[in-house]
Order: sequence, then C-alpha cells, then structure tokens
Amino acid sequence: MREELLAIIEKNSRIDLKELAVILGVEEIDVVNELAALEAEGIIGGYHTMINWEKTSIDKVTALIEVRVTPQRGQGFDSIAERIYKYPEVRSVYLISGGYDLMVILEGKTLREVSSFVSDKLSTLDTVLSTATHFILKKYKDHGTIFGKKKDDEREMITP
Amino acid sequence: MRNPLADKVVDIKPSGIRKFFDIVSEMKDAISLGVGEPDFDTPWHIRDEGIYSLEKGRTFYTSNSGLKELKMEICNYLKRSQGITYDYNTDVLVTVGGSEAIDMGLRAMINPGDEVLIPQPSYVSYEPCAVLAGATPVIINLKAENEFRLTAEELENAITDKTKILILPYPNNPTGAIMEKSDLEAIAEVIIKHDIFVMSDEIYGELTYKGKHVSIANLPGMQERTILINGFSKAYAMTGWRLGYACGPKEIISQMTKIHQFAIMCAPTTSQYAAVEALKNGDNDVQEMKTAYNQRRRYLLHAFEEMGLECFEPYGAFYVFPCIKEFGMTSDEFATRFLEEEKVAAVPGTAFGDSGEGYLRISYAYSLERLKEAMGRLNHFVTKLREEQGKH
Repeated sequence: MREELLAIIEKNSRIDLKELAVILGVEEIDVVNELAALEAEGIIGGYHTMINWEKTSIDKVTALIEVRVTPQRGQGFDSIAERIYKYPEVRSVYLISGGYDLMVILEGKTLREVSSFVSDKLSTLDTVLSTATHFILKKYKDHGTIFGKKKDDEREMITP
Repeated sequence: MRNPLADKVVDIKPSGIRKFFDIVSEMKDAISLGVGEPDFDTPWHIRDEGIYSLEKGRTFYTSNSGLKELKMEICNYLKRSQGITYDYNTDVLVTVGGSEAIDMGLRAMINPGDEVLIPQPSYVSYEPCAVLAGATPVIINLKAENEFRLTAEELENAITDKTKILILPYPNNPTGAIMEKSDLEAIAEVIIKHDIFVMSDEIYGELTYKGKHVSIANLPGMQERTILINGFSKAYAMTGWRLGYACGPKEIISQMTKIHQFAIMCAPTTSQYAAVEALKNGDNDVQEMKTAYNQRRRYLLHAFEEMGLECFEPYGAFYVFPCIKEFGMTSDEFATRFLEEEKVAAVPGTAFGDSGEGYLRISYAYSLERLKEAMGRLNHFVTKLREEQGKH
C-alpha cells in the first residue's frame, strides 16, 4: 500500500483519511499508522501546496543558478551545499552530473534581489568557482501539473 | 417506389439507450456516468509516435492484415501476458477496433441457421452482428447470484445441434464480471464436448482487479477453437484511434482477412504505428490507469454499501452494476427519474439485454471528484425513494 498511498498524497495531500482508506481498500487505522511511519522515516517531508504565483498580484522571481564549486577534501560537495541551502531564499539545491556541480533554485521578490544574492552571497563563497543565472520566464508545468486551462470532458455520447 | 431497405436491417432493434442519451446531451448540467471509454488521454509517448509517423509521411495503406511490426508485437504481448503462441504471419488480423473483429469473425464463420450463443447482459453489438451474419442468436440470461459469470450448466442447457459459436464477453461490459481460470475450465469442457467455437472478447482483459486475466485460448484444446479479440481502446485509452485485433486459427483468420480486405482494406496506418509504441513501452501506463480505476471501484462499492444499495463486487472493466430492484421500478424508469430529478445519467441495465432488468450500469471512467458528486446525488435519490415507499 505504501507506494500507492504516496502516489495519491503526492498529488492530493488534502484527501481525507477515511476516503484514503476506502480507495486503498484498507482500514483507516492502517492509513494513519502508515502515514505516521512515513513521516517518522522522513519519507514524507511535509504537506505543501502548489501555488501558481503568476496568477496572483504578488511578484516573485525564480532563478535557476548553475554553480561550479571546488569540492572539499573529506566532505565532497556536502558542506558547500549546506552553506548554500541554509539561506531561506534558496528553494532547492541539487548536486548535478555534467558541466556544473550544483543546481540552486532561488526565489526572490525582484530581479535585483536575486542578482544581489548571487553577486554578494553566492559568488563570494570561497569554494564557488563560477555561477550562471537563468531567470524563469514562464512556468508551463510544475510538480507534474500543467498550468493553464483545465480540459473539459470532450467524450461524446455514443451507443452503447 | 420500391422499398429501398433490407428487411434484415430494418428489423434490427435500434439500441435502447439512444433515446436516453439524447436526453442527456440536451441537459447541460447533467453528470454523466454513462460513457464506456477511458477518461484518460492516450499516453503522450503513444500519441507522439502517431504524430511522428505522420511527419515521416507514413500515410499509405499497410498490408491488409496489418503492419508486420504491429502483428509481431501483438504476438509478443499475448506470449508474455497469456503464454499463448500465435504466428504473426498467419494468425493475426489487425482491425478497426474490436468491434470490427467481432463482425468479421461472425461473418467468416456463420452458415445460415447456425446458432450463436450470447450471454447477456453484454455489449450491444453481438446480437445485431450475429443476425447480419445470418445466424440465429440464442441468448443466455446470466444471473446475479453467479456474479454474472457463465456456468457450465447454463451453457450446456443452451447448446443445440445447431450451435456453432459461443461469444464469451469477459471481463464484462456492463456488469464488470470476470471469469476466473476455474470458471473457464468448467465451460471449456462443455465447449470441447459439443465441438463448438468461442469468440472471446477480451477488450477489457488488462483491466482486472483480482489476479491477472486468463484467456480461454490458454486452456488445453481451446486455442484451435477460439477467436481471441482484443484491442487498444480500453487498456491504452485509445478509443478514437479505432484499433483492435483478432487472433486465432489460420483457417479462420485468413477468411476474416479476406472480408476485411474487401470491406475495410486495412486499419488506420497512423494508429498502427502508435499501437506498436503502446505494446512496446505502454505497460506502465496501463498499470497507472488500472490503479486509478481500482481506487474508484473501491470508492463506489463503499458508497453503495453506505447507502444500502445491493451490488456484487465486480473485478473487471470499469463498470459497477448495482441492483435497484428494491425500489419496484424498471431500470428504465429508475434511470429516467434519476436523470430528471438528480441530473445524473446512468445506463439502464436493460440496454444490455433483458436480464439487465433491475440493474444500472455505472461507469467509473470518471474522476473521483465527479464520482463523489454523483454518489451524493444517488444517495439523495435513494433516500427520497425509500421515504416515498415508507421505508427507512
């Protein structure tokens, strides 16, 4: 049930426990226990809401920053990643294979805020060799969800 | 002027649900639970392959029996899913949906006066296709107490010396019933004893929720007397692509191919290329859709239980078939009032044969949100009916 449960709540964390139990074909108490276990094991890290900020009047700027760093003896990339992810404006940090090392996703209110973070905080770190900042212009799809108009049911009545 | 029409055609009853659907389509805010096709879009990689084939200019006919690559993939699929071996060269015909395969199969096998056994409730096209092919359809009325499975006894009782073909529609539309291996073994014995053939319509074969589907062609002595029909519509959400197939003994398939080549020429080329991709890389998609259907199935059964509506647990397709006999109405009356008063469309069981009287077909090829809304309305409706009848 674990995999199916995770697949459901990854898309809809607001689903109620009773319904979750029904569609999984198990008892409600089993769902409660399983969720508790998943939280304890750190498999469930939180229950967030996906928001399309573009549709609000609140301005937000998101940037993807490619960062090349010098790994440190004994710690690899972990300690430098930690120094970066501790900034609250950093949304995500990934270690990446290929042409650069860390992918940092940053969110700020304005273009200037993001660029000053990059020039003042990120590039000045000792181990950072170079950065390349890409601003996101439009989100088409996020977390497996396509932003935009919902599709209507176009199926026509046929016999049978 | 002379009568321009063929009596045989005029005499065929129009489908009983046409009238019902006409009302539904007029009603703007009605929730329909009537559609018999997946609510999912065809998985993108399959659509993409269709588009790619068009870009490459693959816009010609394929060979009459279908693209070689597709026939090979169909054989691979039947080998890995059922363990049945077919020769792609001689035993496979790619058709315009499973429906064409039914039509071609009956036309290729029937002599005037032959009897075709049709268990009902079932898909509406078997009977007219049998009639058009010159057969005498013989209906076997399936019973709720057997979960609408076909029993050896029912089969035995229906067989005469004119019986030629048994149509075996499992997993079943509209009941959602399945036939498990032991059920099939029991009827296979009767089939072999009386030397009749089987047309096994397995279009919902991928959608079972209690173990894996077993084809009757897989039982000893049955492959040589079975036309196995399947297609891409239900498993891969490819209804609009119109693609199915028939597999069977080469003597039958070659005659079906002959009619197919005169009547149809070949199945749509674009669809055939897309179908190759579906069979090669579509297993995960099928699994994901099946998981979603199963969740909805459990939800509906639970909802029926809560409102005290009798329903056997169906393990196949995407239909549930609740019993509405307690309300003392015909299926037609119930469905009509349900539509008029609650604006929910569910198909009366009688649309699938007389033995569907007292039942309703509810499709769960709809999102959970939609089903929840519809079950809320159904609950309201049955509560109202019970109050009318002075029950509680």
